[in-house]
Amino acid sequence: MKKMTFTEWGISSTRYWGILAVIGAIIGVAGLATLYMEHEGHWVTGMNNQVVWGLPHVFAIFLIVAASGALNVASIGSVFAKKPYKPLARLSGLMAITLLVGGLLVLVLDLGQPARLIVAMTQYNFKSIFAWNVLLYVGFLGVVAVYLFTMMERKANQHSSKVGLVAFVWRLILTTGTGSIFGFIVARQGYDAALMAPMFIIMSFAYGLAFYMLMLMFTFNADGRELGDKMFARLRSLLGIFTAAIFYFVLVYHLTNLYGTENHSYEAFILMNGGIYTQLFWGGWILAGLLIPMLILFHPSLKNSRSAVTAAALLIILGGFAAMYVIVIGGQAFPMAMFPSHTIIESGFYDGVNGAVATYVPTLAEFMLGLGGLAVAVIATLIAVRVLPFLPATLSDEATDPHH
Amino acid sequence: MKKIGTSLILFAVAVLLSFGVTAHAKKDDGHSLGYKADKSDACVAPTSFMRRNHFELIKHQRDITVREGIRHTDNDLAGCVDCHANKDDAGKFIPVNAEGQFCADCHQYTGTTMSCFSCHSTVPQAEK
Amino acid sequence: MSEMIDQKRREFLSVASKAAAATVVAPGVFLHSMADAAPRKEAVTDAVRYGMLIDTSKCADGCTDCVNACDSENGLDMLVKPEGASDEAWDKQRPRWMRSVKIQDNLTGKVSNLPMMCQHCEHPPCVDVCPTTASFRRADGIVMVDRHACIGCRYCMMACPYKARSFIHENVQFKPTAAPRGKGCVESCNFCVHRLDNGGTTTACQDACKHEAIVFGDLKDPNSAVSQALAKAQTTQLRADLKLNTGVRYSGI
Repeated sequence: MKKMTFTEWGISSTRYWGILAVIGAIIGVAGLATLYMEHEGHWVTGMNNQVVWGLPHVFAIFLIVAASGALNVASIGSVFAKKPYKPLARLSGLMAITLLVGGLLVLVLDLGQPARLIVAMTQYNFKSIFAWNVLLYVGFLGVVAVYLFTMMERKANQHSSKVGLVAFVWRLILTTGTGSIFGFIVARQGYDAALMAPMFIIMSFAYGLAFYMLMLMFTFNADGRELGDKMFARLRSLLGIFTAAIFYFVLVYHLTNLYGTENHSYEAFILMNGGIYTQLFWGGWILAGLLIPMLILFHPSLKNSRSAVTAAALLIILGGFAAMYVIVIGGQAFPMAMFPSHTIIESGFYDGVNGAVATYVPTLAEFMLGLGGLAVAVIATLIAVRVLPFLPATLSDEATDPHH
Repeated sequence: MKKIGTSLILFAVAVLLSFGVTAHAKKDDGHSLGYKADKSDACVAPTSFMRRNHFELIKHQRDITVREGIRHTDNDLAGCVDCHANKDDAGKFIPVNAEGQFCADCHQYTGTTMSCFSCHSTVPQAEK
Repeated sequence: MSEMIDQKRREFLSVASKAAAATVVAPGVFLHSMADAAPRKEAVTDAVRYGMLIDTSKCADGCTDCVNACDSENGLDMLVKPEGASDEAWDKQRPRWMRSVKIQDNLTGKVSNLPMMCQHCEHPPCVDVCPTTASFRRADGIVMVDRHACIGCRYCMMACPYKARSFIHENVQFKPTAAPRGKGCVESCNFCVHRLDNGGTTTACQDACKHEAIVFGDLKDPNSAVSQALAKAQTTQLRADLKLNTGVRYSGI
């Protein structure tokens, strides 16, 4: 392969500042919404004592999962030694950091006592996966920063694959930790499954890559850089495979649940009569998020269309949001089975009377907080690629040909 | 260089002075120390010690009370409030952290926030 | 009212302790019969495990005396709906330590009433998941939240199999000294720990129940009222399959 050069993002100044202004405005509004929620308290949100995690957590967990997946591209280049992916590694590492920061921001700002973050950083219960996650997330930022340094500082290049291996293993542990947040909960039927951790890992592969491809194509298009057909085809095939893998995991999860009678009510809730949750599952997670993208990504002619593949990536991301909504909020809304062989006919604390599902109506403020996190991730990425040489000068077929 | 040196000296003087001023922040100019405190001779510990360390006492005690259940102590926050709250003309208790009251006097001057009273009662309450 | 019950209990215990003195006198019983209203001077130990037996057959239909007593004791009835909140939303967001639940057997149609609160498990999932050790199990078996360390992440609320925990969604005006509370932290039934730590031996719900459906005491003391009641009745844990070894047991369901 020819030697690759990396350059700062070169779009015109006006355009750059224009984009930053728009995203900055979104962050501004998000900031105001967050201050409002923090000052008044969570009563202004749709969250209550039955559904305790809401839209902000959907955004946060999605961003965190995508962040670890975004690092995949770099790992393929270094850990799996696939030469054509090496030029993509810098942007991959950068997005791993920015998406994670965006997600963590939302998570921390939704805490009941965000000022006590220092308590969370100094007082640990090591049986809690949350405590481990605090260390894993912060450590990940450090490890990837070092990894980027080994990639960008010529004298440190020799250490790149070793650090890359550490980063790769770290992100697998991190995503396992994220999935285990739900997997370790014995109380609720929708969680308490060992499958949740590997399912989150496979989701991270697809969502991270989808984000990465969108950012790569956007920055390259804007700057007039060439993304060759061969490189594009490699990324597209990967995306297709990862999406198919998610589909397999979802299938196994639900088929296993359906086998055991005790889970039939929960499965009926998700698959048939859960209202918004059923709609999001079939329409969002399965159809828009998995089936249509797979159709595009494996179709003999559609798969070569840049716009179709862009649409597929966007759909995968939207499907991912729907998936997180169904998992995080659907899992809470479904009443807990506290009295087997009995029906609760009255309750002073909304215990699923006659099987009633807990209600949650997201508010605009929560949506803005979540969107703000995404906006922070995007703006941080765009500023970084402008200021430092993260982007390869070209990804043309010639430049990425591994046989030269 | 000379300009920097002068401003550094002035800054150092200001900082040192502020310590001295802080030590005398609670002047005895008719300020009430609390409806019970006014009548007592001494606090839990000497005043100069309390000024610098009361938060350590409270912070240490909270763990002892919550995690070990020990309530027989002079260092409980409710005890502080009980002594240092004032009553208004109508005989009703004024929140101890309100402006012009015991806590706010020093805390406003030093600019340090107390988060205790977001959860703890600011007035003495009758024992059940 | 509560003094009368205390007196009866004291008489019962003194008789029991005299009988036990012939063989081995348990130190806990001796202490109980000499209980005074003094704040605790020494740290709690695991020599005691607080627990409760609820006899659902004695729980009267439509009665909420225990719930009202708990609300009053712990200042929950002083919480005010925030201005601008709908009644519906506020009812779902306001904290509730104890609630009454009515269940019906799916096969026989038999209806039972019971109060539900934190079950004070021996292996509490809420303690396992708390990142900051705020949710903890005290040596004497009481599962509670150290609000000083609570960051309001609500993970314990997700993890509790009994949905026992509440989050404070709003700024609190009236903060009881017995049960301090503020916006952004999580709380749940603590067996009236402010009473127990100040020399008391009963919970507010137990005192309020006219039907004597609630018996509270030391599970490790074989002569306590609760231990004796547990020995007589056929009792069960809620969600026993989770093997949490709850401190609250139910009979009649």
